[in-house]
Amino acid sequence: MLIERSNFALADVISINDFSLSDMNFILSQASRLEAMRIEEKNALLSGKVVASLFFEPSTRTRLSFETAAQNLGAKVVGFSDANATSQKKGETLSDTIRMVEKYSDVIVMRHPLDGSARRAAEVSAKPVINAGDGSNQHPTQTLLDLYTMRREFGKIDGLKIGMLGDLKYGRTVHSLAVALSMFDNVELYFIAPEMLKMPGHIANAIKGRVKIRESAELHEFLPELDVLYATRIQKERFADPLEYERIKDVYILTKEILQRTKSRFRIMHPLPRINEISTEIDETDAALYFQQAANGIPVREAILNTLGNEK
Amino acid sequence: MKNDDIRLTPISNGTVLDHLKVGSALKILELLKLGHQHAITLAINTESGKLGRKDLVFIEGKELSGEEINKIALIARGATLNIIKNSNVANKNKIELPKSVNGTIKCINPNCITNAESIATKFSISDAPLRAKCRYCEREMDESEIFNSVK
Repeated sequence: MLIERSNFALADVISINDFSLSDMNFILSQASRLEAMRIEEKNALLSGKVVASLFFEPSTRTRLSFETAAQNLGAKVVGFSDANATSQKKGETLSDTIRMVEKYSDVIVMRHPLDGSARRAAEVSAKPVINAGDGSNQHPTQTLLDLYTMRREFGKIDGLKIGMLGDLKYGRTVHSLAVALSMFDNVELYFIAPEMLKMPGHIANAIKGRVKIRESAELHEFLPELDVLYATRIQKERFADPLEYERIKDVYILTKEILQRTKSRFRIMHPLPRINEISTEIDETDAALYFQQAANGIPVREAILNTLGNEK
Repeated sequence: MKNDDIRLTPISNGTVLDHLKVGSALKILELLKLGHQHAITLAINTESGKLGRKDLVFIEGKELSGEEINKIALIARGATLNIIKNSNVANKNKIELPKSVNGTIKCINPNCITNAESIATKFSISDAPLRAKCRYCEREMDESEIFNSVK
């Protein structure tokens, strides 16, 4: 497959804030092409290349899907899934680790507990860096797979009415997704969260004017209008008062009963892992899109690896 | 104390910082790290037609570097820089806010890579309201956070 890179301007994938609409659409289109491609054909795309997979902190979904994607494209994968097995333990700086790894590999995929670590890695590396999560800052490939899931399911993102539910204050996933969705046309966002976990003002301000926003603490108010409900986990440790958590947590649990009040094409997404915020009885319904969403991590990460792994 | 006892020593060559936000003069002195090489006069919380109240800093025999001016811009927005030569104002300019600064602000985020490894910080600056955004961790700092983090 020839890579027409003119619609993709980035040398690294570090933050969703670096993406233009054209960059995002390029990755989504590449992901569609790769999903439809036979594995034998895919296998040649990064044949002979080495992908370094540096996971300085644990991850299940992200690491496995990146490594699977790299292998599907025929690349070799080197790396580690636990920083304890590395020289970081001996006090080596991230910058030095990256300077070494870039000599061994063609693309670097990295998850690291410190915010901004991915930007730093990209600065010192001549090889492309893909951020697989830097502390509580960015996780851009999650956002891209969320967008891909919507586009794959609805055929488009423009015009969708998307609810975001749960912890909108601390959840980086919903922050990045809201920013990305605001670049599409006529998207309407519904922020549904308890008062203390509302979407932060700086995110709402950043996208205001580009997208219609409605806010409520009440899920039922918006349910009949939504195409997608993006649910997130409410973490107990965010609450100073455990009683407050107990009072709030059940209000945001999705059960089969809510599906009686939704559109027929209504879909539920979730970045996973879920704890109890989506009742398992929903899993077998058409509304459950979250497992497909996790599966979409493969073509999206293939698209990113293939785009950055093949030189311009 | 009679009024005659108060003297602002005029400087003949050097820098006068005017229209400083009240409370910023001492911070500016701390940041400029001038030691005892220069005669310095401060005026704190004086009356000002323009601001109501303001601080002033007079520094004999000193011209500020671009980096020093950037620091002042961040903690005393709207300040005026006067360059004095032979007891005359040779140049008078409102200090402009820089678009970005390197190594000038310490990131407030304890989990930022710049606080773990020795890397010069990089911030982009925006105005109205004043904000500084870390290039690495993307954390935005507000005016009071910036005031306390300029180094």
